Amino acid sequence: MDWTLLTVQLLNGLQLGILLFLLASGLTLIFGIMDVVNLAHGSLYMAGAFLCATFTQWFDSFLLGLLAALPAVAIIGLLVELIVIRRLYQRDHLDHVLATFGLILAFDTLTQMIWGPDGQVIPLPAWLDGQVTLTADIVLPTYRLAIITTGLLVGVGLFVLVTQTRLGMRIRAGATNRTMISALGINIGMLFSIVFGIGAVLAGLAGMMIAPITEASIGMGNQIIIVAFVVIVIGGIGSIKGAFIAAILVGLIDTMGRSYLDVLFKLFMSAQNAETSAPAISAMLIYILMAVILAVRPTGLFGPRGR
Amino acid sequence: MKLRIVLLSVVAALTALPAVAAETVKIGFVTTLTTPAGALGRDQIDAANIALDHIGHKMGGKDVEFIVEDDGFKPEIGKQKTDKLVKQDDVDFIAGFLWSHVLLASKKSALDGGKFLISANAGPSPLAGKACHKNFFSSSWQNDQNPMATGEVLNSKGVKKLYIMSPNYAAGKNMVSGVERTFKGEVVGKDMTKWGKDMQLDFSAELAKAKASGADAIFVFYPGPAGPAFIKQYEQAGLRGTIPLYTVFTVDALSLARLQKAGLGGVLGSWNTMFWAPDLDNATNKRFVADFKAKTGRYPTHYAAQAYDAIMLIKSGVDAVDGNTDDQDGIRAALSKADFPSVRGKYRYGPNHFPIQNFYLRTVKADANGDWFVSYVSTVLTDHQDTYYDQCHL
Amino acid sequence: MSLSTLTLRGFVTVLMLAVLALVPPLVDLTGNAFLIDLATRCVILAIAAVSLNLILGYGRMISFGHAAYLGIGAYAVGIPVYYEIYNGYLHILVAMAVSAVFAFATGLVCLRTRGVNFIMITMAFAQMVFFTFVSMEEYGGDDGLVIEVRSEFSRFINLEDATTLYYVCFASLLVVLYLVKRIVSSRFGMVIRGARGNELRMQSLGFDTFRYKLICYVIAGTICGFAGALLGNFTNFISPEMMDWTRSGELIFMVVLGGAGSLFGPVLGVSVFLLLEEFLSGLWLYWQLVFGIFLILVVLFANGGIDSWLSGRSKRSHDS
Repeated sequence: MDWTLLTVQLLNGLQLGILLFLLASGLTLIFGIMDVVNLAHGSLYMAGAFLCATFTQWFDSFLLGLLAALPAVAIIGLLVELIVIRRLYQRDHLDHVLATFGLILAFDTLTQMIWGPDGQVIPLPAWLDGQVTLTADIVLPTYRLAIITTGLLVGVGLFVLVTQTRLGMRIRAGATNRTMISALGINIGMLFSIVFGIGAVLAGLAGMMIAPITEASIGMGNQIIIVAFVVIVIGGIGSIKGAFIAAILVGLIDTMGRSYLDVLFKLFMSAQNAETSAPAISAMLIYILMAVILAVRPTGLFGPRGR
Repeated sequence: MKLRIVLLSVVAALTALPAVAAETVKIGFVTTLTTPAGALGRDQIDAANIALDHIGHKMGGKDVEFIVEDDGFKPEIGKQKTDKLVKQDDVDFIAGFLWSHVLLASKKSALDGGKFLISANAGPSPLAGKACHKNFFSSSWQNDQNPMATGEVLNSKGVKKLYIMSPNYAAGKNMVSGVERTFKGEVVGKDMTKWGKDMQLDFSAELAKAKASGADAIFVFYPGPAGPAFIKQYEQAGLRGTIPLYTVFTVDALSLARLQKAGLGGVLGSWNTMFWAPDLDNATNKRFVADFKAKTGRYPTHYAAQAYDAIMLIKSGVDAVDGNTDDQDGIRAALSKADFPSVRGKYRYGPNHFPIQNFYLRTVKADANGDWFVSYVSTVLTDHQDTYYDQCHL
Repeated sequence: MSLSTLTLRGFVTVLMLAVLALVPPLVDLTGNAFLIDLATRCVILAIAAVSLNLILGYGRMISFGHAAYLGIGAYAVGIPVYYEIYNGYLHILVAMAVSAVFAFATGLVCLRTRGVNFIMITMAFAQMVFFTFVSMEEYGGDDGLVIEVRSEFSRFINLEDATTLYYVCFASLLVVLYLVKRIVSSRFGMVIRGARGNELRMQSLGFDTFRYKLICYVIAGTICGFAGALLGNFTNFISPEMMDWTRSGELIFMVVLGGAGSLFGPVLGVSVFLLLEEFLSGLWLYWQLVFGIFLILVVLFANGGIDSWLSGRSKRSHDS
């Protein structure tokens, strides 16, 4: 066993998990409180990446670009809520899926119209672009550690927001009993907008964090959003804690699968077949995990009973 | 009632489109214009239009009608568009095809429909071997050829242990078998990653494995949108100083523009192999590159070069029969001669209609304006033919 | 009012079927052989949409993984053909049997969940099928599999002929429509529709709704597997891409566009969807923008789809 490689891969898995958590936390909040299935959450992730790329090029600074892109994504999120999502609150999940599917098509095409088909690069400042030497053998890209740190900080912030503040109290109340909270005279429309805005910023932030690694590219949100949905379903819809645990779990499983499954497969199939089928099977692992968890607990790990 | 009118008018509009075209040479071009891979298709269309400008939009004395279709990076859509070009537009030639899997899915429609099929990029092994066809021609290369050249370069640089990474699709598999065929050392690890519009772009796990494998070089094939992402992560992982990178179809004009924007200077001086380079010294190439840069402000990629050649190749066929596109035998005979001014210089066709051509070592440098481009260094393989041609019986 | 609007709906249905029945001669008139391709795809997807409508429209089971059955059906043609087994009856049998078994096994798990979890778990199972075929190197993996020869039935049914293939698909659509009509109006169908409105009430009436829903789910999957076998024959090509979650989303859209829970609605939905797609994609590279906005508008303003528009009432207010 190569312990160095294992450690590096665990950290890589953690980084993917953190990214998923940023996406999934917003998704699960929106879902838990407004009961809206928002497939277009991935489009906000993409919007974040593209805006950050453009602002970074304008200001010639990644941090300034990031700071400028965050409110921009929030505005886009609020506009989407105002124009489309708000009309869907009284509708069923089928309508949510369809309307937000339409939003994905529109967003992907608009992005190509504005930015062209090329991917957008985000240059990193030198202090983020190097490597950190943890031990003699374990050398990690600085930026990946920065993602992990940022994600954990956001996670803590979110936890404090939800458990310690008045807004968080309303959010929790809204997730538990929507009718009650409006009966208490709280402006539910405002609350929904705020939550959707927070979700948009979190998704946009995730896109901004990953883009310096993979570039901002059209349709980048369409695959990860499905994984983010898997995360919130495994974690239990509406639960931030569940989203966090499930995100880390999914991130680790995906990375570990990609790292070690071909080795495992080579024990009982040809090297050629193992190399080509292992990635597909490892991509499948998270769906198997989800099916097993739902088979045992139909509401997910930390889901409310009877939803 | 309104609905019926709408439906009927849509049907009417659809049927009215393929108006009977008088005396033109029709060329359909299937490439990718949407998705992140759309930049590659745009390069091809720009180059094809320059080729058409160069020939005054005429072939064999007839006007050329050029019909572009977007395959959306999906084999199924590519096939659907090919069907449309065959059945609705009734074109004479179908060209294009960036992706091997799209070409493999579409070839039956084009060839069964009695059309000439000209690949301006993809060169999957079946079409060079058992599934070769009298009406199929390549204006590019067979997939294995270019990585075979890289394998020779690796040998000459004294590489003993190689780590291979490639997307998991038809061309990726050919690229891997190509480099493995000529590389004499040991392959210590290999990763085939997810491709398609949901391609894998985060290679952290794979790069960690490569680093731990003890390899003294990494070979990758990451075309189009994946190229810059890979090179960036390779640098971020700090591998540049320790494990040198050898690539095919990964570093091109499109990825370099982005890498330069990102300030990733590590790519300067890196090696790759190709059948062509923007500074290859011949008159046709100089004119093509100059006009392409003037029109688009970019260096052309090899995708563009191949699209330019595809149009010129078709012209050589149509000219030979004086525009009588019904004379397929005459066109085929002319095409097999490859008697046209190619941007790569003179080449000839093997029995499977894949080029027998030189492959060059190239490196990345900055030009007089400071723009990065891939520059010719030396010839690696001379008059190289693919390894599948003897399975082709035409 | 209701009488005249009903006739409009009936009129469009008859007109639509008549047009579909006359596609090959009409195509001969126009001389555009591609139109028969378009019509064939339309009819095959209509079968798939009708099957999805059985669970989605009548049973309110929002399956987000229905495209998996199209893939299973198509591979049930592609894989035997790869081994040079051309017997069409066998292909159809395998397509339907494998789809039925898959629907049964996954239905046991999926139907235990509610709401969005149902949507997501049906999607998850479809993704598993997707990745299973991606991993099968022998059958082309991600690249897909070219189906060189179409299924062989008898001397009289030669699917290589475009007109024959079309009429086989069209006849299949008629049979499927008839079957679904019978199912929906039977006692079984009443239970399914009843469970949509209030499952508890049906249970307290003594119906084992889980079993009813499972059977319905299996029937829908089996029909869609059959459509998949036709699709494989038609396209001469199959790739995992056809099972992508976006394809399942498109199928749902086709059903809703036409009118979920109406017998003929999905056929209209598929037709309008494909015609628009073909028309717009020929006009503008960025046609998906128009398409996306159209989709949103349909959801926001066209309750009950084309069908309810034709019958002049809002489906939703009528049903709930």
